[in-house]
Amino acid sequence: MTRRTSKLRITKDRGFKTLVICLSFLSMVPLLLILYYIIKNGLPALNWDFFKDLPRPVGEKGGGIANAIIGSCILVVIASQPSIILGIAAGIFLSDHKGSRVAYWVGLAVDVLQGTPSIIIGIIAYLWVVIPMGGFSALSGGIALGLMMLPMIIKATEETLNLIPASLKEASLALGVPYYRTILKVVLPAGVSGIMTGVLISIARVGGETAPLLFTAFGNAFMNWNATKPVNALPLLIYNYATSPYPEWHRVAWGASCVLVGLVFTLNIFVRIMTRRWKVTF
Amino acid sequence: MESDVLKTADLSAYYGNNRVVTNMNLVVPQEKITAIMGPSGCGKSTLVRCFNRMHELTPGAKIEGKVFLREDDIYDMDPITVRTRIGMVFQRPNPFPMMTIGDNVIAGYKLNGVKLSRSESEEIVEVSLKKAALWDEVKDHLNRRGTFLSGGQQQRLCIARALAVKPDVLLFDEPTSALDPKAASHIEGLMTALKEKVTPILVTHNIAQAGRVSDFIAFLYLGELIEFGPKGQLLTTPKDRRTEDFLTGKFG
Repeated sequence: MTRRTSKLRITKDRGFKTLVICLSFLSMVPLLLILYYIIKNGLPALNWDFFKDLPRPVGEKGGGIANAIIGSCILVVIASQPSIILGIAAGIFLSDHKGSRVAYWVGLAVDVLQGTPSIIIGIIAYLWVVIPMGGFSALSGGIALGLMMLPMIIKATEETLNLIPASLKEASLALGVPYYRTILKVVLPAGVSGIMTGVLISIARVGGETAPLLFTAFGNAFMNWNATKPVNALPLLIYNYATSPYPEWHRVAWGASCVLVGLVFTLNIFVRIMTRRWKVTF
Repeated sequence: MESDVLKTADLSAYYGNNRVVTNMNLVVPQEKITAIMGPSGCGKSTLVRCFNRMHELTPGAKIEGKVFLREDDIYDMDPITVRTRIGMVFQRPNPFPMMTIGDNVIAGYKLNGVKLSRSESEEIVEVSLKKAALWDEVKDHLNRRGTFLSGGQQQRLCIARALAVKPDVLLFDEPTSALDPKAASHIEGLMTALKEKVTPILVTHNIAQAGRVSDFIAFLYLGELIEFGPKGQLLTTPKDRRTEDFLTGKFG
């Protein structure tokens, strides 16, 4: 190779590296803009009353989002319980029965469910829960969100368990430990970091979902602790208030956006820290 | 007192329709080290995995024939019981990464939900680690994770873990293949020291190792037991041509 071609190669190499770095920074721009607008418009709306007050009727100044925060929490709690249990169980099954026919169909179903638009999930929950129960409710909203969490948790569990060396399971089985105890006491603890990450990320994802709640949780201007009654949720409140004609409501919507993004952000940071702490090295 | 601890009767093992162990009739004497030797893919590992019923965990795997632990047919026993009486040490050290060194030793009890008093568990930990010649190195670090040890120490920890449940037989599936020579010779010495208490069965493709460690050698080739005998006889005057060819390095 001559000196010139090698120099040209180095130049191309540098150019490519610079391009990759520039493009990766460029991809951060939308996020930074979102954060900028939300903080600029939302932060002034935030104060202690905003967190503890209920929304006020049109025309009245002030008002907070206490009911939406509580509502979102109720929805997430209802959604998490069944989907964490089912999701981890299905994840264990999928990683343990690779290549089996049932696992193939379960895996396919999970992929399809993950790809199902959230509005469709909302309609399903409406048909399954809202109509038989005769009204909108936190329960139906929780079920809709749970359906969205399920595939995420299954995938996270399956992928985590796939990374756990088979030798670990064999070590336990060879000590005469039954299969179920091996899973519960050896395999799951070794994968706790990945599974918890999956669970928390899925909570962060569904916490911001609006579409599945439109005809399930429906929204509520008042505080509600009853799972069989409609509740408000942060994204629902943002949706309803941002599309309203009142400037005062827009202010609340910006504030709520700021809270929602802050929660998602905090959850993600928390996940980062905890994954490192819970990480099991083999 | 000479007696047999493990015996197979026409044992065959399959993966699907693929037969990897054929009509094996092998007798393992008690308190002697029996080496199962042969080239890669001859069915050594599969054979010993039939002894503790780990073979059947592979999808599509099945066995024919019988394996006796003393008088009992292990395929009539609960696999859980079999595996507490016939322990196993694997190729790669595999301590439980989320447990401390001490907990690793008593993992056989802990994972099975057996409640041990503090003094009981301390005693088991100490006795087992001493048997595995690891006590002096780790006695001050019992609360550290097992994975912080070196490879050879981890392997001895795994031996201590297997010994803690007091098995009759301990299967060593190429226990030194992932270790450096020094750690390997440590493990070999350990096997010799252990044979009074628990009968070791050593799987190896290393003729020199079989020569150093074992009392009896079984030579396997293509899933068949070609020859079995005291190591001196088998290594110096093999009866079968294939054994001789393996020993002289014509294949391997």
